[in-house]
Amino acid sequence: MGSAAPIAGDVVLTARNVAKSYGNIDALKGVNFDIRAGRVTTLFGENGAGKSTLMKILSGVIRPTSGAIELRGEPVVFSSSSDARDRGISIIHQELSLAPNLSVRDNIFMGREIGGPAGIDFAEEARQAAALMAELEEHIDPMTPVEELRLGQQQIIEIARALSVDSRILIMDEPTSALSASEVEVLFKVIRDLTARGVAIVYISHHLEEALEITDYAVVLRDGAMTAKADRADIDLDWIVRNMVGEGYDLGAPPTGYPFGAVALSVRGVSVADKAGHGAMAVDNVSLDVRAGEIVCIYGLMGAGRTELLECVFGKGSKVSGEVWLEGREISRLGIAERIAGGLALVPEDRQRDGLVQTMSVGENLSLASIAAFVKGLLLSRPAERRVVDDSIRAVTVKTSGPAAAIGSLSGGNQQKVVIGKMLGTHPRVIMLDEPSRGIDIGAKAEVFRILAERARAGLAVVFSTSEVSECLSIAHRVVVMSRGRISAEFGHDVTKEQIMAASGEAVAA
Amino acid sequence: MTQASPSLDRSRAGAVGSGFDIGRVLLEGRAYFALVAIVAVFSALSPYYLSVSNFLTMSSHVALFGILAIGMLLVILNGGIDLSVGSTLGLSGVIAGALMQGVPFGPLGVVAYPPVWAVAVLCCGLGAAIGLVNGVLVARFKVPAFVATLGVMYMVRGVALLMTNGLTYNNLGGQPALGNTGFDWLGFNRIAGVPIGIVVMVVIAVIGSVVLTRTPFGRWLYASGGNERAAELSGVPVKAVQVSVYMMSGVCAAVAGLILSSQLTSAGPTAGTTYELTAIAAVVIGGAALTGGRGTVRGTLLGAFVIGFLSDGLVIIGISSYWQTVFTGAVIVLAVLLNAVQYRGRAKRPATAAGPTPSPRPAA
Repeated sequence: MGSAAPIAGDVVLTARNVAKSYGNIDALKGVNFDIRAGRVTTLFGENGAGKSTLMKILSGVIRPTSGAIELRGEPVVFSSSSDARDRGISIIHQELSLAPNLSVRDNIFMGREIGGPAGIDFAEEARQAAALMAELEEHIDPMTPVEELRLGQQQIIEIARALSVDSRILIMDEPTSALSASEVEVLFKVIRDLTARGVAIVYISHHLEEALEITDYAVVLRDGAMTAKADRADIDLDWIVRNMVGEGYDLGAPPTGYPFGAVALSVRGVSVADKAGHGAMAVDNVSLDVRAGEIVCIYGLMGAGRTELLECVFGKGSKVSGEVWLEGREISRLGIAERIAGGLALVPEDRQRDGLVQTMSVGENLSLASIAAFVKGLLLSRPAERRVVDDSIRAVTVKTSGPAAAIGSLSGGNQQKVVIGKMLGTHPRVIMLDEPSRGIDIGAKAEVFRILAERARAGLAVVFSTSEVSECLSIAHRVVVMSRGRISAEFGHDVTKEQIMAASGEAVAA
Repeated sequence: MTQASPSLDRSRAGAVGSGFDIGRVLLEGRAYFALVAIVAVFSALSPYYLSVSNFLTMSSHVALFGILAIGMLLVILNGGIDLSVGSTLGLSGVIAGALMQGVPFGPLGVVAYPPVWAVAVLCCGLGAAIGLVNGVLVARFKVPAFVATLGVMYMVRGVALLMTNGLTYNNLGGQPALGNTGFDWLGFNRIAGVPIGIVVMVVIAVIGSVVLTRTPFGRWLYASGGNERAAELSGVPVKAVQVSVYMMSGVCAAVAGLILSSQLTSAGPTAGTTYELTAIAAVVIGGAALTGGRGTVRGTLLGAFVIGFLSDGLVIIGISSYWQTVFTGAVIVLAVLLNAVQYRGRAKRPATAAGPTPSPRPAA
């Protein structure tokens, strides 16, 4: 290590009283923030707290309205993100920014291709890409097109790209949202390697427990202002949540005091072929019964087959074998519309891609799945639609200025509630939610779970999938663990985190 | 969190407030203002422009493109494109011409002369069939709409040329003795002084508008054009919607073909060449997004009128048709630019009133 390398713990980048306003709205209200060499500084805060705004300022994507940034004690103004990158600051954005048609190698070196005597030195690029893959312990051929990788692997490529720059300050905005537990572990190992080399890391994550594991310093933002900061040794999960939300939080408990009804959904020996088509099974002979009023949580890592199972039950994607029964009626051959009419509903995993129509208003999105309910003769009845929409907005407590608001004007949590409200509006007997908490903050998450528990009490059968153990331990009566397409274990609500983790395949792999 | 989440964007719209309103009105009503400007300018330049008879003449020119454009709008709302409408228009006219000459039944030596209404129905059926081919190629076989309809465009044009050997049917009048007169009704008659072509366009526009805004099908179309996957998972029959829009577009093209050949009293195999591009231009000028999910019948009609009144106006004041082409192109480019401005603005700044909650928090 060169003599110029800063001593671990030294402040390398400082935000002094940084504020950012959009119109008369203050996204950041004068934040002081230090980033230290060789340390992981974690930024906690709910959606809208100002985390991403602050990170965009520190990485040169946007400029602060007021305040100053100091790089190793010198005031700096970044003209662009590439300017910041040239000064050793790089960022892994929350959204993936890969070209799906290009190979892993081409993506990693996109925009900074290594020149050779005859154009690009592809061999050198491939060598470095392979080395990065080895460092991240992924068995990915650098020549694989990115579109053939699953989401978690794509995120790994994004991380590899940031690592390939060799920066002194690395900002990671939700780098693990699509990673499995083992991939997260590898990432953490890489982060520790980097910090040992003196690289300063800024880490943002919604997975609080996971983030705590890697944190050296914790900083909490709320409403654009810093509410707390502390050393890792002095804090715990409660401290973070208290400072983030300003109050205690609770994901709820299984609703009790009522008997379950008859079996509402019965999945019998369902198998689904792997999309990548390696002859493998994404879902392998899964059977599952869910009774009316029961809440079942399907826990599994990325790639365990949760999404494929739920989509197949809903009639999307190709089933290989098996039957699906809804309230004593076989629905295996019905189309999606008929399954919805029969009382089945699915809230998909990726709400932007599969849940919302971005060109339509909040109201039109909410009523999309239950159009039949407000058709009079041949025409739609506006008053009847308005009633359906108002009921839904009230039922799932969407915070919006009204049904005519653009769907993009809502926060992530409220968008998710719109998707849930849309499907609840079809008056389902069984609702399946694929990672309903993905990308929404704790408050919204607790509210979603509260709504589901309420509906279950009224006789709705609820199936939700998750990759966060803490969510299994909330409202579910029963926890089903999936691993490599199979159900590996089933537990009651008194299950422990360790039991779930052990059954999820991590233990098998170890 | 129990706080409302009213985005920064919306509050910002409130903040910028009235200063932007004029700009927004001009932006959103741009096709309308463009039309008013065109009428005003040409009325000033030519004494003949501003008269009822000239407006009716220009409108019947517009009607042809208006009908094509409404069909095109449905396809574009779905996120597709239909390049085959010009050829379908041509073939529809040719088939009508052939039917008017009589259909010989080979060995029997009998020649059937279908009445005009039957000719019209058969031509519309032909348009629907061509649309069905487009729709099945796109929806079932996943051929990109541009390529599928490009291929069909060539094939249909080729069939029209083969059928006529490149020649034109000139005798569309029919004979009273054969009971097949009246083909000229579409092109020359008037209802309350209004040419039939305009009436047909208005009827199609009203039907299209009601279908889009007031029926489940319209909602399905906007939804599947905006996000096909989300629509499918909400139970929308996306495939059926996709096939239907191409069929409707084909029928619109066939109707336009009947009107054109009636107006010209002849049916040529090359009629309607490049009309598909004018129809697309009208839809775009009318504010529809080529990515699907956004657009209205009203906007599309305005777009058709802007193009029609502009080019007819240029003719009336005696500007060369080469310049017309340049002007039309410039209007299209301008329209697309403004579309981009509008939709970018909408994405950042939803056009809704400020939320009811007093403490908006920006999305980080």
